[in-house]
Amino acid sequence: MKRIAVVGASAAGLAAAETLRREGYDGTVTLVGDEPQVPYDRPPLSKQVLAAEWEPHRLSLRPPADLAALDLDLRLGVAATGLELAERTVQLADGTEVPYDGLIVATGVRPRRLPGEGAHVLRTLDDALTLRDRLEPGLRLVVVGAGFLGAEAAAVAWRLGAKVTLLEPAPVPLAHAVGTEVGAMLSRAHAERGVELRCGVTVSEVTEDGVRLADGEVIEAEEVLVAVGSLPNTDWLEGSGLPLGDGVVCDEYCEAARNVYAAGDIARWYNPLFGTSMRIEHRTNAAEQGMAAARNLLRPDARKPFAPVPYFWSDQYDMKIQAYGYLRGHDEVAVVDGDLAERRFVAAYRTGSRVAGALAVGMPPKAIRHWRLAIAAGAAWDEVVRNEPSPTGG
Amino acid sequence: MKVELEADKCVASGQCVLAAMDVFDQDDDGIAILLEEKPAPELLDDVKEAVAVCPAAAIRLVEQ
Repeated sequence: MKRIAVVGASAAGLAAAETLRREGYDGTVTLVGDEPQVPYDRPPLSKQVLAAEWEPHRLSLRPPADLAALDLDLRLGVAATGLELAERTVQLADGTEVPYDGLIVATGVRPRRLPGEGAHVLRTLDDALTLRDRLEPGLRLVVVGAGFLGAEAAAVAWRLGAKVTLLEPAPVPLAHAVGTEVGAMLSRAHAERGVELRCGVTVSEVTEDGVRLADGEVIEAEEVLVAVGSLPNTDWLEGSGLPLGDGVVCDEYCEAARNVYAAGDIARWYNPLFGTSMRIEHRTNAAEQGMAAARNLLRPDARKPFAPVPYFWSDQYDMKIQAYGYLRGHDEVAVVDGDLAERRFVAAYRTGSRVAGALAVGMPPKAIRHWRLAIAAGAAWDEVVRNEPSPTGG
Repeated sequence: MKVELEADKCVASGQCVLAAMDVFDQDDDGIAILLEEKPAPELLDDVKEAVAVCPAAAIRLVEQ
């Protein structure tokens, strides 16, 4: 294999490119990114960057010297516009073509938007800097969507003195992801600080004065942030023959077509550890999957299924939320350590008969680690949770 | 080779401990602690893995 193209220059793409070199591959590595910046980190955008605690240069994923040492054919500020599978070429927006023997697709996701003009979204560095410039004491900010991103941004804006209204269509924020009890606990954290959380409301459009709800009510605000989820950036792959369906559809090796792999937010792959297809928009998965895809591409005879325990964290107010595993679609939640009301606890998640996930707030690492191990081992719920000392239930 | 850890970037994921438990640990808040600034050569592959999986890009391996 003489030429490998990695399309997407964020965490997953960079991890893939680095892994190729670390594994001894010395052919051409072309890394394509649609943003002009060198690869940078996104989680701080809704945290330290929005809070104006960090300047953008702190987000660089690698120092210039480390990036240069990778000896990449770096194409930044130019989007991929098409893929010819049979010809093994990627077309770029500047009219050039990148021929490849192996391809790793890591073009990520973009924010979903709402009808109407003038709302902020929060995905890129430019998005974060634009919103940050508007945040000031007394500003009326409406955040549409009380998921992790919306909640983090609301917490930062509140800390900067903004008057924040958080609008959520579901009865309880994040219930589908973390369960009703934990979702309700996270909701109380907003209310205690005077961030107005309104659940069960649907926003139909963004207006000049704020947002209009489905029932016609207008909520006035100087600024609006829309944080209602993401869409995979697969437009450039339409008609290419690559299997698409809420992401690039891959097998357990992250392969979507011969010598074409996907990684990061865009990849929908079969995770054998959980026996289901999943697409994970978490920072740690981007790096791990980028590495796995690169290794499998280079070593077709020694491929390994990508079977990670997903992990994410979220910082909201004074809480650090950490979760392992696959919580979505769980059948039962039990607090297995600590106390939910004190916001120091571990909750375990059952799917079928197994421990599928764990979520912790304010707990030391050793209290969480063995839950990760239980998830990785596919431990039976009855054996692990029933035997766990459980002061508050479970 | 020398390991550099920017603890103020650390997000307490513990990924480094999973990758290289002889080189990294975590304090009670989850923040990474460097156990071996100059790890033995046989640990370097693990450290490189930790550099790669750290979700905060807080670890670097530099030539001495």
